[in-house]
Amino acid sequence: MADIELSNVKKSYGATDVIHGIDWHIADGEFVVIVGPSGCGKSTLLRMIAGLERITQGDIAIGGQVVNKLEPADRDIAMVFQNYALYPHMTVYKNMAYSLKIRGVGKQEIDRRVKQVAEILEIGDYLRRAPRQLSGGQRQRVAMGRAIVREPSVFLFDEPLSNLDAKLRVQMRLEIKRLQERLGITSVYVTHDQVEAMTLGHRLMVLNNGHVEQLGTPIDLYENPATQFVAGFIGSPSMNFLDATMGERGQSVNFAADASLGLSGDYSDHEGKTVTVGLRPEHLEIADPSQPHTSLNVQVVEHLGADTLVHGAFSQDALELTVRLKGVQSFSRNEVIPLSISPQNVHLFDKTTGQRL
Amino acid sequence: MIENRPIITFLSHLFLIFGILIIAFPIWITFVAATHDAVRMVQIPLPLLPGDQFFENLKETLTRGMKGASAPPVGFMLLNSLIMAMMIAVGKIAISLLSAFAIVYFRFPFRMAFFWMIFITLMLPVEVRILPTFEVVANLGMLNSYWGLSIPLIASATATFMFRQVFLTIPDELLEAARIDGAGPLRFFRDILIPLSRTNIAALFVILFIYGWNQYLWPLLITTDQSMYTVVMGIKQMLDAAEQSPDWHLIMMTSLLAMLPPVLVVVLMQSLFVKGLTETEK
Repeated sequence: MADIELSNVKKSYGATDVIHGIDWHIADGEFVVIVGPSGCGKSTLLRMIAGLERITQGDIAIGGQVVNKLEPADRDIAMVFQNYALYPHMTVYKNMAYSLKIRGVGKQEIDRRVKQVAEILEIGDYLRRAPRQLSGGQRQRVAMGRAIVREPSVFLFDEPLSNLDAKLRVQMRLEIKRLQERLGITSVYVTHDQVEAMTLGHRLMVLNNGHVEQLGTPIDLYENPATQFVAGFIGSPSMNFLDATMGERGQSVNFAADASLGLSGDYSDHEGKTVTVGLRPEHLEIADPSQPHTSLNVQVVEHLGADTLVHGAFSQDALELTVRLKGVQSFSRNEVIPLSISPQNVHLFDKTTGQRL
Repeated sequence: MIENRPIITFLSHLFLIFGILIIAFPIWITFVAATHDAVRMVQIPLPLLPGDQFFENLKETLTRGMKGASAPPVGFMLLNSLIMAMMIAVGKIAISLLSAFAIVYFRFPFRMAFFWMIFITLMLPVEVRILPTFEVVANLGMLNSYWGLSIPLIASATATFMFRQVFLTIPDELLEAARIDGAGPLRFFRDILIPLSRTNIAALFVILFIYGWNQYLWPLLITTDQSMYTVVMGIKQMLDAAEQSPDWHLIMMTSLLAMLPPVLVVVLMQSLFVKGLTETEK
């Protein structure tokens, strides 16, 4: 059991900075997710916590002890890799027992721990098999078993579900969440998949180009994205972004000629400014034609069963817009449908900096 | 390609059988010669069918030195050859594994320079550096010893290069997982790298054993003491047997015996050998 403290952690390869000074405190027993597009530095950050990458500047402390100079084995961590990294020539049992054997744990104790963990993960039947005789999901369990058996104070996951097929991924996601809740071990999880991030993490860090875009709970990130990047990254299908001008006294935004949306907050400082408007597809709804509304010219309709995605052109400037409607709904091409959105669901971002207004 | 054309099948078989005959015929002659006595071997024409002296010849060759020839019993030379070949094969594999390990997994100054220096020795086989190498071995007092026979042949660029390629195919994550599990460098080498290159080691052992066994020039140069003769060079000494015509039946028996160990090594290790050279998945 331990907390993790990152203070001003930086990483650079030569003159190229990949992590630009990160401060973060991860509480004991917390499950945090680092999420971002590929190349944003999330894996590098995780590997620095693991001790597989050197820290260029700053300190990482695990359980109050600065670990910058410690070997990975001495940090009391366990890591699950994307491609599992099981030792191919060892049986499942030996894979799980290897770290204990190196630490000089007694044979009986090793046996007890391996069997116990194998039972938790339901891999007891495969202990005598080689990794290549297992399916992807089973290998993933073994990799997690290898981590759990050491009883570390911190778990690190480096995109552990990326190599699994979609169905198995959902199943394993749930299992990881249950397991973490059951064991209560501080966990850091890296992924590029925002659904994994939203469902697993108590808290999320959204990383972009080595900068922290936003820290917060999943719902916080969804409801109050701090930047346009976070807004576009969290949520599926992603948020629609449209250019617009702030109307009189900041009470509405106007799209080119004909359309406008009312706002709920006080934006009077921004009158006349050009902004980016963010609208989540699921927040747009079909309006009562007698009320004030905007309209969408339907181009493509995608049926997901539970939902219907409508892609169309919005206002005369033909801005691309996606709308997510509940249930099965049919529209014909070029049909014009009335749309509305409640004012508190309209997100405004500065067009140049991408910061939330 | 799946085809069914009888003429092509027939022709390809014909060619293959012809090729096998060309290679097998001298070996057959060697075998036949080893089964006749000395008298029959100097008569013309040479026999093409085996005689009945095989076991007598075998016994004589293995236990007695040849009359007038300056060579020890063949059994003794076979043992020398075996020791030399084993030392060369095992030594080469051990050194190459370690140097490949250093080059692939450690970052030290002039790493690539060292790699290329090792690589360049490919161009310097014993035959090219024979004088200086002899000088070194003589000054170290290793003439007429197993060390003198094997050490100069042990350093191997090919094997180092091959193990380097093998190690490069082993995913980095395995190293990282081992580091997190607490394995130090040598532990990783012993527990992970060596088991994973097992088939490659076997394949290389086959090649290197035969290489060591077939050494001719080097043993000829540094052994003057009969007790250090190896069988491949011993055959040549037998031919030089001074005042009489060569004992062909015994020489041929010796050749046959000299061919045997490499064949055994190849046959026994064949499955590992093929795996080691073709297997890519780790």
